[in-house]
Formats: sequence, structure tokens, C-alpha cells
Amino acid sequence: MEFKEKLLSSHFTLDENIEIFESVQQIRAEALKVFEKKGFPSKKEESWKYTSLQGLIRSDYAIFPKAEKTIKISKVKKYFLYDTDTYKVVFIDGVYNPFLSDTTHDGLDVCLMSAALTKPKYQKLIDTYFDQIAPQEESLTALNTSYAREGAYIYIPKSVVAEKPIEIIHFASGDETALWLQPRNLIVLDQNAQCQIIEKHQSLGDHPVVTNNVTEIFLHKDAFLDYYKLQNDLPTASLIDNTYISQEQNSHASVHTFSFGGKLVRNNLNFYHKGQHVLSTLKGVTILEDKQHVDHSTLVHHAHPNCESHQDYKGIYSERSEGVFNGKILVDKIAQKTNAFQQSNNILIDDKATINTKPQLEIFADDVKCSHGCTIGQLDEEALFYLRTRGIPKKEAKGLLTYAFANNVLQSVQLPSLKKRINQQIANKLGVNLGFEI
Amino acid sequence: MLTIENLHAQVEGRTILKGIDLDIKAGEVHAIMGPNGSGKSTLSSLVAGNEDYEITQGKILLNGKDLADLNAEERAHEGIFLSFQYPVEIPGVSVTNFIKTAINAIRKAKGLGDYPAGELLKKIREKAKLLDIESKFLSRSLNEGFSGGEKKRNEIFQMAMVEPTLAILDETDSGLDIDALKIVANGVNKLRADDNAILVITHYQRLLEYIVPDFVHVLFDGKIVKSGTKELAIELEAKGYDWIKELA
Repeated sequence: MEFKEKLLSSHFTLDENIEIFESVQQIRAEALKVFEKKGFPSKKEESWKYTSLQGLIRSDYAIFPKAEKTIKISKVKKYFLYDTDTYKVVFIDGVYNPFLSDTTHDGLDVCLMSAALTKPKYQKLIDTYFDQIAPQEESLTALNTSYAREGAYIYIPKSVVAEKPIEIIHFASGDETALWLQPRNLIVLDQNAQCQIIEKHQSLGDHPVVTNNVTEIFLHKDAFLDYYKLQNDLPTASLIDNTYISQEQNSHASVHTFSFGGKLVRNNLNFYHKGQHVLSTLKGVTILEDKQHVDHSTLVHHAHPNCESHQDYKGIYSERSEGVFNGKILVDKIAQKTNAFQQSNNILIDDKATINTKPQLEIFADDVKCSHGCTIGQLDEEALFYLRTRGIPKKEAKGLLTYAFANNVLQSVQLPSLKKRINQQIANKLGVNLGFEI
Repeated sequence: MLTIENLHAQVEGRTILKGIDLDIKAGEVHAIMGPNGSGKSTLSSLVAGNEDYEITQGKILLNGKDLADLNAEERAHEGIFLSFQYPVEIPGVSVTNFIKTAINAIRKAKGLGDYPAGELLKKIREKAKLLDIESKFLSRSLNEGFSGGEKKRNEIFQMAMVEPTLAILDETDSGLDIDALKIVANGVNKLRADDNAILVITHYQRLLEYIVPDFVHVLFDGKIVKSGTKELAIELEAKGYDWIKELA
């Protein structure tokens, strides 16, 4: 049986121990039809031209995790931002783990999607937000919707500033069988609310895992979201991450994506403007080696006047690794005075490494400022010589220059402990011995 | 210390140096002057190990060792330091981290461990003070957004930290106002010692009022056409370079 068939036929067993809202069940049934019709995307589709899922679609994935797993905290402590006090929503093989988590309902909700989809007090919110910004026709998102039942649910009420960052961590035990995970997350920031979120998918074992993740995010007027996606997974783990962000007037959504590992990663990061004076910030650092493949597919839909978007992606590719950057900016006729900026800078370290970068600007307004730039290059020879005359060997000098190239993106990371850690990860990746700051 | 014998060199098929002989002994300061395009910067780049230039004849020896076998970093490990005419901007690496990396790379090449961090910081503060550099400046990205004067001061600051045996100052005076020039010259003079040597490359005599050379050489069209003492620099300043062309 093909994997698609397995997904379709297994669907009826989904809700065995859970009473999902009737309205959600209907949405899921519709979504399953979309997936049945469209199936997995193929390279024939323009947006999947450079990323093939062919090697990932196999029939032996377990769709439903078997038993509840436990993991010792000492084994996974390093994956948390342990030197900072945080809220935590932690899953192991798609199942919520209360021991590793630190949720709250005190002034804000940091809890579970399975609660939000079943408890009557959440029904109104779910009907307002669930599957409202994720496009219905995207087959992988539809697949996720059809299986939606667990993930993180975060609600920050009006004018509340979350005092602690929120960590959403999905562990895959990877110790028994190949796994196909489909977390579904919903994040709502009411008027003038603020929060910081760190999202991580981490495999702990040798068996393959594919995560088809969907996160819907709603920012109301004046809200501020500071979001960090940390992707440094094992070579057996793949991630298709679909993020849809709706922004009302004066809101600011900032998403940093750090892609340092994993077999195949596809980031579909989409911003939809629903009011004026919106700011969207998209930053990324990608450092790949071996045969890793990372595809950044971004969309910013400017649908109102006076909004801004800034995209700044840096990529460093060694060995046979492959990068894709596909950045789409859509400016509607009404969206005058749009200021959209997009930059994709890449360094290919080895001959066999590749990057496909494609800016895609569709502008229907006439009074806008839109700029884009892509560079693909090697390291600056003059800078290399300068470092070598100071006694720094060629290999280290190259490392230092690539480090400097990537490190520039870190300036905008707001969490000092996270910044320090990513800085260290970048240095380790590039073989640079970090010094001290005075 | 540095011996250059009948040096001919070319870049991209164009011959720039056409037979240079130079002998610099420990404890000496030499100045090479000359008009634009005479080959001054080519000479400094060659000694520092720039692979864009090709030696077609002759050789460069440091303490009897042929430099042809050494790449740029190995020459730095041997004690050669080049203060760049146009220092390169490197965003994302702080001045301090850069210096630490450089110093420890040189120590590693000599089989030594890392310079103890506390002592290094102390030395950094001391040398920064010598060159009138604020500590704020040290955490900035290397040369990024620095003024011309700041870049040159930063070069000499690095030199003070590295304490090379042979320092080559390539047009260090360009872009400096008189106050900065004095500070830089003072920094260089503090480093003069019996066991090291300095080669000053300059277009103008101005810097040589503050870093007084033992010998002055005039480079023209890839050859040294005249050598003398510091008075030669003054003569050049007064008469310009035209009369030199007659000598060539």
C-alpha cells in the first residue's frame, strides 16, 4: 500500500480517545479530500521545482505513535534554553510530555492543542482561528489539517507581555520505527500583546522521522511576536515546516530561522497583512554540509498601504549540500507606499554544493519601494590575504570570514542567551575558535 | 635581517619590479620613497606573501631563509608584519577577537599554547592606550565604518600587539591628520629595538619627520635609483620626483 493510501485509510481511527469539536471534524474531513485529490507535491509544481520529497515518501512510517515515551531530562537538557527561565511545551513522538513541560494558564495560555480542540471554553477561539489563515489548497498543509489534534496552543490576551520566552520542542525518540509526525500549532496574540517563541524539532534516535508541521499565528493590532526556529536535527530527520502569519495593523512579526542540520528541510514561511503599518521581518542563517538540503520558501503578501517587510537570508554550503531560496513578495494594487526588501546572500564552499535562489516579485501598486538582491560567491580574496598576513592559516581564515558573514544576522536576536548559543553553534559549525568580548 | 637580491616580479604578465637589491639589518629603519606606480606597494605585497605577484628572478631572504617557500601566514609566523595601505573591512569580527585569533595562531605555529586571556586583555588595554584607542573601538567590527585614520591606527595597534621582527608600513601616513600621524609615529617608535627592523613605504617625507629612518631609498620604475640617509628624503620633498627620473 502506498503511503498516501495508508494516510487516507488510517484517518478514521484518528479520534479514538478524543472528542474533537464537530466544527473541526468537518474542517478536517474537507482537508482530507484536498489531500486525496492533490497528493504529495511533485517537482512538476513550480514551488517544488528544486526540492523533491520522492525519497521521503515511503510506506512504513508509523502515523500514530504507539506508547507514551519518557526521556530522562539529563539526556535532553542541552536542547532546552536551560540557562533561561521559560515556559515549555514538549512532545515526544507527537505525544505531550508533562514532565518536561512547563505550561501555564496564569494570565496567558501556554498549553495544548488537544485541549483547545476539545474543551468547550476554547470552542469560540478555535472557530475564530483554526484553519483560518492556512490556505486550503496546499496539499501538505491540508494533510496536516486532516490529522490535526496535538501541538502547542498559545494565547496571549490583550496588552499582556509574556514574561518568559516560550519553548515548543518536538522530540522524536527514533528508537523503534520510522515516524511521520504532524504537529498542529495555534498562536494568537491579542491587541498589544507580546511574546517570544523558540521552536525546535529534535530527533534522538537512528530511525527516520518526517515532521509535517503547521503553525497558524494571528497578531492583532499592535502585537509583537519574536519567533525563532532552530533547525539542527540529525541526518535521519526531515522537516516540512509550514508557518502562516496573519498581521493586523501596527503589528510586528519577526521570524529567525537557523538551519544547521537535518536531511531535508522545507520552510514555507508566509506573512499576510491585514492592516496598515505592519512590519514583517524574516531572517535566516543556513549552514549545511554533507548531502543536506534546505529550502526556504517565503511569501509576504502586502495587501494594505504603508507596510514594510525585510528579508535577510545568509547561506553557507559545503560538500554536496543543497540550498534553495524562493522569496515571493506580492504587492496588491491597494498597497501603496509598501517598503519591501529582500536579500539572499550565499557562499559555496565546495564545488559540489549548490544553491538555487529565486526572487519573485509581483507588484501591482505603483508607489512602492521594493528591492531584492541575490549573491552567490566565494570568499573575498583580499580579506583572506589580510587575515593570513596576521598569521591566521588559510583554513581558519576562511572559517573566520564565513563566521563573520553568518554572524551578522545575529545582531537582531533579542534573547541574549539564545544569541550566545547560536553564535557558538555557528562557530562550531565553521571550526572557528571564539574569543571573548570586552 | 631582510635581504632582497636582484628581485624581478610581475603581476598579470606586467613586469613591475626590475631588479631590486636591499639589505636591512636588525635595529635599522629603512624608508622607500617613490612616485605613484613605481612599484612600492608591489614590493611590500611580495614580502608579505601576496600570491597575485610572481617573482620571475631573484629572491627575498629573511634571516637567510628564502621566503619563496613560505606562504603569507608562515611569513607572519616568522615575524613579518604588513601594515596595509587599505585595510580590509571585516563585518562580524570584532577587533579584539581578531587580534586574539591572530596572536594565538602565531603562538600555535611556534608550538606555544594560547596567550592567557587575562594577560592578553591587559596587553590590549596597554597598547590601545599607547595609540589613543578607546575600548569601545575594540568591540567594533574590524575596520567596518572606520575612518581612514582609525584604520591606520588600528594597523599599528595590531603591530604593537604582534611585536613583529620586520614591520612594513605601506603608506601608513595617508589619510592621517597631523595629530593622528604623531600618535601613530609614536606607537611605531616605541617598538623600535635592536632586534627588529622597520621598512617604511611612503610617497611623502612628512611621516619620516616622526619616524626617522637610517636609510632612504628611491624607487622608480621598478628599480632603486638612489639610496642615502634621511637627508635624501628632505631633498626629495624639496625637489619633487622629476629629477629622479633623470637618474633612471
